[in-house]
Amino acid sequence: MDETDRAIVNALQGGFPICDEPYAAVARTLGIGEQALIDRLRALLERGVLTRFGPLYQIERMGGSFVLAALSAPEADFDRVAERVNAFPEVAHNYRREHRLNMWFVLATASAAQVPEIARRIEAATGLQVYLFPKEREYFVELRLVA
Amino acid sequence: MRPNDAKGLDETDRALVRATQAGLPLVPRPYQAIAERLGLDPEDVKARLAALLERGVIRRIGAVPNHYALGYTANGMTVWDVADERIDALGEQVGRLEFVSHCYRRPRRLPEWPYNLFAMVHGRSRDEVEAKAAVIAGCLGAACRGRAILYSSRILKKTGLRLPA
Repeated sequence: MDETDRAIVNALQGGFPICDEPYAAVARTLGIGEQALIDRLRALLERGVLTRFGPLYQIERMGGSFVLAALSAPEADFDRVAERVNAFPEVAHNYRREHRLNMWFVLATASAAQVPEIARRIEAATGLQVYLFPKEREYFVELRLVA
Repeated sequence: MRPNDAKGLDETDRALVRATQAGLPLVPRPYQAIAERLGLDPEDVKARLAALLERGVIRRIGAVPNHYALGYTANGMTVWDVADERIDALGEQVGRLEFVSHCYRRPRRLPEWPYNLFAMVHGRSRDEVEAKAAVIAGCLGAACRGRAILYSSRILKKTGLRLPA
């Protein structure tokens, strides 16, 4: 990543304009050409520096639900449990974390009513208790990672 | 309309969500490209996206960086057991710390899990995450009765969210 890439990543974490030629508008503020910005964005996405570029939707506002869940998988059985959990299309993210509760995943469902049923099916598939941690309140944050 | 659809997304909005949730087209006129794909007027596409942004259905339009690619290799979910009567005021303060990327109140699951405040902290090393956690601890003071940092050691799945077609 060179200085221009860093400037692009820092400038584009939010506030991409809604106008006819938004890349040209952003490129002007960065002092580069429109096509250069588009090419660099494509390269950053291809190299995985950016995981996506576009609108970030808040699934709850679309009637969907997004619930954090965790379970405690026996070490010897960890990969098999991960495979079974990941097989559920409702599991959007899954991370191994260092704790007795060592598998933390997010259930994304079209409606909140589906969550207990999916959790029950994951329990049946793994033989392990699933703990649900629904958001009770979200405190204001502004995500900004400095590149 | 299902009860949870109270925010009033119509079919065109939902088509727009499906067309853009994987990303914006990397062409000079991206909103026009979307309009052409969906058979809509580009002015309508822009107006609808602006309305979705205004209503918070779209959190923001922009780039999502990969933490690891930016060198933020230490990813700590810091969790705290905070007195119920103080958590909302303190949660707001913690959320405002510039290094906290997500901050939520969630239910305890006693006896297994006593923590009710979750604050995600990214750092270039575990020492950096520990130092940031110390700032959070200072913010919470005596209202905090216990804490843990759960580092992620492996991404097992990351597909992102998709509205079903």
